[in-house]
Amino acid sequence: MSGRVLVGVKRVIDYAVKIRVKPDNTGVVTDGVKHSMNPFCEIAVEEAVKLKEKKLIKEVVAVSCGPQQSQETIRTALAMGADRGIHVDVSGKDYENLGPLQVSKILAALAKQEDAQLILLGKQAIDDDCNQTGQMTAALLDWPQGTFASEVSLEGDKINLVREIDGGLEHIKINTPAVITADLRLNTPRYATLPNIMKAKKKKIATVKPADLGVDLTSRLEVLKVEEPPQRQAGMKVETVEDLVVKLKEAGRV
Amino acid sequence: MANPLKTEVIRLYKNLLYLGREYPQGAAYFRQRLKSAFMKNKDVTDPEKIKQLVARGDHVIKELEALYFLRKYRAMKKRYYEPEK
Repeated sequence: MSGRVLVGVKRVIDYAVKIRVKPDNTGVVTDGVKHSMNPFCEIAVEEAVKLKEKKLIKEVVAVSCGPQQSQETIRTALAMGADRGIHVDVSGKDYENLGPLQVSKILAALAKQEDAQLILLGKQAIDDDCNQTGQMTAALLDWPQGTFASEVSLEGDKINLVREIDGGLEHIKINTPAVITADLRLNTPRYATLPNIMKAKKKKIATVKPADLGVDLTSRLEVLKVEEPPQRQAGMKVETVEDLVVKLKEAGRV
Repeated sequence: MANPLKTEVIRLYKNLLYLGREYPQGAAYFRQRLKSAFMKNKDVTDPEKIKQLVARGDHVIKELEALYFLRKYRAMKKRYYEPEK
């Protein structure tokens, strides 16, 4: 086993930014808006670096798909402890149509090329909330998947995982190689401080094109319209319970 | 003399400035407060005192990191998880 872990990181609009829809309703305003690494991806990077610090794996490779600016996100991953980065250069129309299916095809191709033992991803991106990339990647590679992981431990060539599911916690054991997606409570990501960022400048980021990996980026989805959620209606105050019942009947709710 | 400490102080200032970019009340507000805090102590010459101030600055860095983490964690928890009954 190569002991190599691939961590996917996505450059998204920062979680604290107030999102605005473009006037032509084709998408969201991204120009000049603060971007950062997807919070769940940070948790995935932290887990990979922790595994390396425990000497359970040998190398952490951070991967990001997108335009030139995605390299900043890879730099953050390198500052957190990843060893090297791979930037899959996707820009323009291709980038607008880049979705979980395309990214998982890219990750699957990279996993084979890099002989990865483990792929760590965030459970979902805070911009599209798809929650599909991890699952699709595992399916394309025919690897087991441990999604919504809140605890991961390696035991020989198997992985013990605790998953956060609606009913509570599920304990599973899967074989390697595998795909794991990180949930919120998996760990506490370290902050990429300035000294770490400086040290990470020496680490390498390789650039590849999707065509080099033999990946077809055509999307089967078309975004028709993007609009804001409906404005919350102002509430009404009533004096008595009888008034409330009358108002509810008027609104057809009772 | 004061030289090795000078690099320490500058290092601290740069690190705090970098962290301040994400400050909730704005990077400009943070920079203003940071600068005045450092300027207030610019005439301190006692190496012991300087080391103490630098240590306090390092402590502030840790507090900021904790603040940022908690903000993000709470925001994600609120957005993606059902409230506990």
